[in-house]
Amino acid sequence: MADYTLKIRRFNPESGDAAYWQDFGIDLPPERSVLDGILQAKDREDASIGIRCSCRAAICGSCGVRINGKSRLACNTRIGEAAAEAAASNGGAVVVEPMGNMPVLKDLIVDMDAVHWKKVQRVVPWLLPEGPPPDREYLVPAEAMIDVTQSMACIHCGVCVSACLSLEVDPDFIGPAALAKAYRFVGDPRDGATEERLADLAEDPHGIYDCTHCFACIEVCPKDVAPMSQIMRLRRRATDDFEIKDRNNGYGHEQAFTTLIEKYGTLHEAQLLPRSFGDGSLLKSQISPHGLKNLIPAAPTAIRGLVSGKVSPRKALTHPKLPDQNQVRRIFKQIESKDERLELNLYIVGEAGEGEPEEQVGKEGVE
Amino acid sequence: MPQHDVLVIGAGLAGQRAALAAAEEGGSIGILSKVHPVRSHSNAAQGGINAALDAEDSWESHAFDTVKGSDYLGDQDAIEIMCREAPDELLTLEHLGVTFHRDETGHLGKRAFGGASAARTYYVADITGQAILHVLYEQLMKHDEVYRYEEWFTTALVQDEDGRMAGAVTRNIRDGSMELFAAKTVILATGGNGQVYTPTTNALICTGDGIAMAYRIGAPLMDMEMVQYHPTTLAGLGLLITEGARGEGAQLYNAEGDRFMEKYAPNKMELASRDVVSRAEQTEINEGRGFEDGTVALDITVVPRKRIHEALREIVNVGRDFAGVDITNEPIHIKPGNHYVMGGVKTDTNGLTSIPGLYAAGECACVSVHGGNRLGANSLLDTLVFGRRAGEHAARAGKSLGMPDPSTAVLRDEEERIAKVVAREGSGRRVAELRAELGSTMDKYCAVFRDEDGLRTALETVRRLKEEAETVALDDKGSIFNQDVLAALELQFMIENAEAIVLSAIERRESRGAQYRTDFPERNDDDWLKHINVAVNGSEPEISYSEVTLTQWEPEERKY
Repeated sequence: MADYTLKIRRFNPESGDAAYWQDFGIDLPPERSVLDGILQAKDREDASIGIRCSCRAAICGSCGVRINGKSRLACNTRIGEAAAEAAASNGGAVVVEPMGNMPVLKDLIVDMDAVHWKKVQRVVPWLLPEGPPPDREYLVPAEAMIDVTQSMACIHCGVCVSACLSLEVDPDFIGPAALAKAYRFVGDPRDGATEERLADLAEDPHGIYDCTHCFACIEVCPKDVAPMSQIMRLRRRATDDFEIKDRNNGYGHEQAFTTLIEKYGTLHEAQLLPRSFGDGSLLKSQISPHGLKNLIPAAPTAIRGLVSGKVSPRKALTHPKLPDQNQVRRIFKQIESKDERLELNLYIVGEAGEGEPEEQVGKEGVE
Repeated sequence: MPQHDVLVIGAGLAGQRAALAAAEEGGSIGILSKVHPVRSHSNAAQGGINAALDAEDSWESHAFDTVKGSDYLGDQDAIEIMCREAPDELLTLEHLGVTFHRDETGHLGKRAFGGASAARTYYVADITGQAILHVLYEQLMKHDEVYRYEEWFTTALVQDEDGRMAGAVTRNIRDGSMELFAAKTVILATGGNGQVYTPTTNALICTGDGIAMAYRIGAPLMDMEMVQYHPTTLAGLGLLITEGARGEGAQLYNAEGDRFMEKYAPNKMELASRDVVSRAEQTEINEGRGFEDGTVALDITVVPRKRIHEALREIVNVGRDFAGVDITNEPIHIKPGNHYVMGGVKTDTNGLTSIPGLYAAGECACVSVHGGNRLGANSLLDTLVFGRRAGEHAARAGKSLGMPDPSTAVLRDEEERIAKVVAREGSGRRVAELRAELGSTMDKYCAVFRDEDGLRTALETVRRLKEEAETVALDDKGSIFNQDVLAALELQFMIENAEAIVLSAIERRESRGAQYRTDFPERNDDDWLKHINVAVNGSEPEISYSEVTLTQWEPEERKY
């Protein structure tokens, strides 16, 4: 009797058959990996199971798959833990299938070139220094190098690409991994094209404002790259530092959002859209040509909302402030009075919840 | 037939650096790799890259450390070149965008490493290899004149009638088609052969393909007996804990709580060269002072926690994910494990092998800069300096040559040979069984301590496995991503690597660097201050010798 069962999704494009599931019995201690399980199945039963793998140590990024529906590396997922997760369903079998959002080539192998690498190429993934290099090294702050090292830690395994909900809806979205790669240049003081890069990614309808802030990529990333955090930093640099007013209204939306929260404490949804078209101002959205151009096509949606009763005229016109609205304003003031933006970076501050509190609150000057 | 002025096989650091250097010279460059380039094993080089960049440091000091580390088997002319060119190479990488660690003044920061008389190891956290590999790949994406063939498996090197390199036969892994590439020059950059051993720190792809392909066409392999066991690997899985940990101050203890390096290397302690530390650990384990799982302990908790997170983050993950140990809180059990082959295809200081038009660089090559024992953080340097030199030299050499027209007969032969392997039915053992037997045999008889009897046993086993490999039966009969047939071909490559290693280890009847013969425990400069070469001449391997080049450092007793 085997210790575990792996239920592997098989697909051989040469057979003409549809994909199917196949079970393999695995004898391994619980601390070994799902990859070790797959390799055991290959070694003992069927060497035709297709999976890319190499380092076995979560360094090479080859073995991204979905295990029990969750995107991750097979080599750093313990088989015992995966089986415990699966105990509630599938009769306890650990389900292994190829990553999502990418075409399957064979069994657990997907076409990363067609999706991931194409998107990486899209972000101009090489340093664009200004002028010839110095005689010695570039002099740059130590923190800046450690900061971009979080993005450099990306192993291009595609696990975040597989888990990305925005990509599922918009396959043209540049995506979490490629945008994290973009931050590696935007955050690098040696790069001379920061504003051009940010404008490019802000103006692209599938760029930094296409992310819906769902945290899926942060949750699945095996290297703590936190791709969504890198996307948010790209946004802050585009809006705060360069005031790039993009045609996707990303800038306006952020202004509208913060203006409303500062004013009311909670989101006044009826004002969010109009204010977004006016860079945060309700008035500007109704008099500027840009605001009007965007506002008029949105009118039918607003009317539908009123007709269906989703929005009432009273709700649309009035929105109560929080009783303690002054407290919210105080938070705004406190944050805005700081010289530097506070940003979290695992390489600088270590992991949350550890001792040494004085080292917990690291900060990173963006400039 | 794809044609390139320079064809690079392998896309780790050596291959990518060679391709970029060749591209700077102009002409058409092809780079072939059996995995996507960023999957290459150069990723695993955690600790850093050595360079005497500081005004207080000198290339001579770096070179002497390297010569001493090599146990005087390294060729001093090659070592001088590597150490002289190291600072420029480091700055080139920095200018291309590698995110090297800085000190508080914004200059490049450095850490201490084993066997070095000064702190001269430059690094990116503990992902130095990965960071450099990814930055070089950024440059490859930028260069239009470099054609990338990703997931192509090279099966044979092709010569013209005069024995000059003319190209290579490769299999497109994605669809199984075979292709003959024509090239004026070919650079092998296929990496090491760690998979010959089980366990190993090396990735599954490190199967010595290039070493074996060069060996098959008669190129001599040099220093193959010099196989490095890294002092800090996880028992069982063999995963690596970087030497950077000891560079940051981590200490070694036996099961009795003694910091045993005091006995073996009272001056350098944990930062003696790797052969010395590995031998010390293995002695403690063999004499019963190890833990029950055949290990000793590495205590990283002496390093400040903030520093661990900043500089050793990757091994925090490795400890947590693969050993269930929080290295910031408790010691981790480690042992010596297969890590690196100092030997490889014999080349000159431009990477040229004995076959006209064939170059080799990186771990598959033997220049020889590492001799009997490689210093930590010299391997990245080797791949980059000699990758660049091979790329430049190959591109320049090709300028006076016409494009060769290799015979398609070789392509047909290879297609037929591989089709036969795929079609083979029968009762042969499985590829995985043979690979496992090879690995455990090598780890048992050809590891930290060796003797004639054990090595003879290993040779017998390797030769039997060589025959058995001809009869393995495959499960996968398809064309698309047939990894089964690739594994069968890799097994043959590995067995040839193993044969060369064992033959050389039997031949060297002394102890030097990584080769410790319990039946010949002393270094013997009178008889063995020379390289051992193995080459196939006709069908049987033959041993020959070549001189060690000495420039300014006479061999002396080695103490740390």
